[in-house]
Amino acid sequence: MFLRLSTAVAALSLLSGAAFAQAAKPTDPQIAHIAYTAGVIDINAAKQAMTKASNKEVKAFAQDMVRDHEAVNKQALDLVKKLNVTPEDNDTSKALSKHATDKLAELNKLSGAAYDKAYVANEVAYHKAVNSALETQLIPSANNAELKSLLQTGLKIFQGHQQHAEMVAAKLK
Amino acid sequence: MWPGRHLVLALALGLIAVPAHAATIQIVMENLVVAPAEISARVGDTIEWVNKDVFAHTATARNGDFDVNLPPKKTVTSVLNKAGTVEYYCRFHPNMKAVLKIEP
Repeated sequence: MFLRLSTAVAALSLLSGAAFAQAAKPTDPQIAHIAYTAGVIDINAAKQAMTKASNKEVKAFAQDMVRDHEAVNKQALDLVKKLNVTPEDNDTSKALSKHATDKLAELNKLSGAAYDKAYVANEVAYHKAVNSALETQLIPSANNAELKSLLQTGLKIFQGHQQHAEMVAAKLK
Repeated sequence: MWPGRHLVLALALGLIAVPAHAATIQIVMENLVVAPAEISARVGDTIEWVNKDVFAHTATARNGDFDVNLPPKKTVTSVLNKAGTVEYYCRFHPNMKAVLKIEP
């Protein structure tokens, strides 16, 4: 267990600039904030892809990301409202946002097939990192049963996204 | 009022052909899973596609026979008009797969 957790954290550190490598157990308001932020990041990346991507499948994938992540985030907002919880900003959210802003700027410099490849490769890596954080940190740390259940639904759909991204990546080669 | 009465009259007189054994079959998509994963039906049967998820799904036949859009939290019906064993999936979530065996 310890080994698995530290391996995952190490992998995440490489991928997302230590974003998820927070040692302390996050609270529910922090988890809600992290999950929501992670969704917004992918929506922003997808919106950029919808205007910049040239490959049809990449564009369709980006549309799928906007549709699904907006649906999950709407659920998350409804839930925090219902539970009367205010999502709380934290170091993980901040690190995620910072990393995402840099990545968007980096991708923005690319175009054509190079952009498509880089966007999809980042989607694979990003979903991997988020899924691993959900599995090893966020879901086990969540106290509220409804929040836990929403995170589990999220994990399931994001695992699908990861596989979908891997499929698209393989076709771009 | 009148159109309804005409319909009743037409039905009574057997003017509208209703297939003898047409059934309605429910297929549910919930938590990114299609249930049942395999089901048999007949040409003329109605499929009631129930999407319980907050995500949009589709029921898309690999052979192109049908492509039904299922908005979040909605139920959509479609009638089967061609026989065959059809594998279908969700275009948005390709992991969601199932089989529909349509007998003539």
